[in-house]
Amino acid sequence: MSPPEPSPVRVPGFATQVFQIAAKDLRIEWKSHEILLTMGYLAVVIVLAFAFAFVTVGGERLSPSVTSGILWVSVFFSGTVALSRTFDRERDGEAIRALLLTPIARSAIYLGKLIGVVVLMGIVEVVVVPLTAMFFSAELGQHLLWTALILGLGNLGYAAVGVVFSAALLRSKSRDVLLSALLFPLVLPVLIAGARATSILLDPKSPDLASAVFWTQFLGISGGIFVLLGLWAFEPVLSGD
Amino acid sequence: MSLSLNAVCKNYGRHRALYRITAEFPAGRISVVLGPNGAGKSTLMGILSTLVAPTTGTATWQGQPLAPGTPLRAQIGYVGHEPGLYPDLGARANLILFASLYGLHLAPTALAARLKAVGLAEDLEGRLELPVRAFSRGMQQRLALARALLHDPSLLLFDEPSAALDPTGAVWLAEHLRQAREAGRTVIVITHDLGLAASLADRILLLRRGRVAIDRTLETPLPEAALRTLYEETLSVPA
Repeated sequence: MSPPEPSPVRVPGFATQVFQIAAKDLRIEWKSHEILLTMGYLAVVIVLAFAFAFVTVGGERLSPSVTSGILWVSVFFSGTVALSRTFDRERDGEAIRALLLTPIARSAIYLGKLIGVVVLMGIVEVVVVPLTAMFFSAELGQHLLWTALILGLGNLGYAAVGVVFSAALLRSKSRDVLLSALLFPLVLPVLIAGARATSILLDPKSPDLASAVFWTQFLGISGGIFVLLGLWAFEPVLSGD
Repeated sequence: MSLSLNAVCKNYGRHRALYRITAEFPAGRISVVLGPNGAGKSTLMGILSTLVAPTTGTATWQGQPLAPGTPLRAQIGYVGHEPGLYPDLGARANLILFASLYGLHLAPTALAARLKAVGLAEDLEGRLELPVRAFSRGMQQRLALARALLHDPSLLLFDEPSAALDPTGAVWLAEHLRQAREAGRTVIVITHDLGLAASLADRILLLRRGRVAIDRTLETPLPEAALRTLYEETLSVPA
């Protein structure tokens, strides 16, 4: 019998590929709620632990830098759950191999995964930010959109590095430990910039908006650099060569 | 439409996984790759499936190099010992997802035809939305084959496909491998199952410590006992 003609595969456009990967991850999460519940639980527990640790007599307000630090620590620690579990789902049943054999670009897989993690972190922040504001009497409403922008850029920088490391540790048995150990030192600039910017916006007396602009720009530029580095590193990391 | 390996070597650091592998895998034939654990079969499958780059040498498909990232992978169908499906998604969602990644729109009638082709139409009636993890291993493997055939690939790779199948599932698998051969596809099967190999192989490639120990085209099927003897005698000779 003569060999069949090559199949008429029409590779989807790059933006479609990115959307397909992100939509797939979010669809799986929509069905299970597993990552969101775990992230949300962890983030709330961290905020509550600090709330009890810093309980004050007479309802004194904590300094804005402490409050913003607590918020960002809860965001970062809960973010590791998203990074870890989103790649566990690729490892289950070796779905990752089937995915890598499709004709879509590795960079599309990276960006799709990145968007999925950023969205999950954003959803958790919708719960954690008001909770932090409530427990620590923080005035978040004054610069709410700006705070949301800072958190979004922080999520981007954090996830841009985290997705690469999570992919690199895909087959590592002690991935959860290694992920935190490797990731946190690298994303410290994001944590520092995010916490500084947020603390400035939380300061009701004299918000130094020029400094807040600087730290926001820093977050944006570092996030962009991390995404570019991630795009460059993702393919060799996945191939393991 | 054959696949060729020309002096392919693959090193992982100082470890040599494959050494100067030269072989042809013709279309319309089932080529079976055998060998003990550590012989280099998985590395070879990685190279054939474009997921691993050879250190030296070339692997070509239709005269074009099989390298990581090549568009040629759109012509490859792969079935491993794991199903390669998202366990939390349903059967329908998995097939529609993978079809879309190949740029294909899977209409309900096409989906039904795909499921019927792999003998799942009745088993999955009313269960298309159930998570794949709820299915038996045999059903998952049938779905995996349906996934691998979505884009009508001309090169089909099977890596230990019968590892988790019961005897009925193994018979079903052998039948589909024969159908793929009849359709003129290039079929390469890596397996430890000498019974499956004896019943299907048109060509045998036996690897040993990363080298080709036997490369033989079979004009007539080889009885399992004869294949087992050949396998054991070859491996018993000091390297």
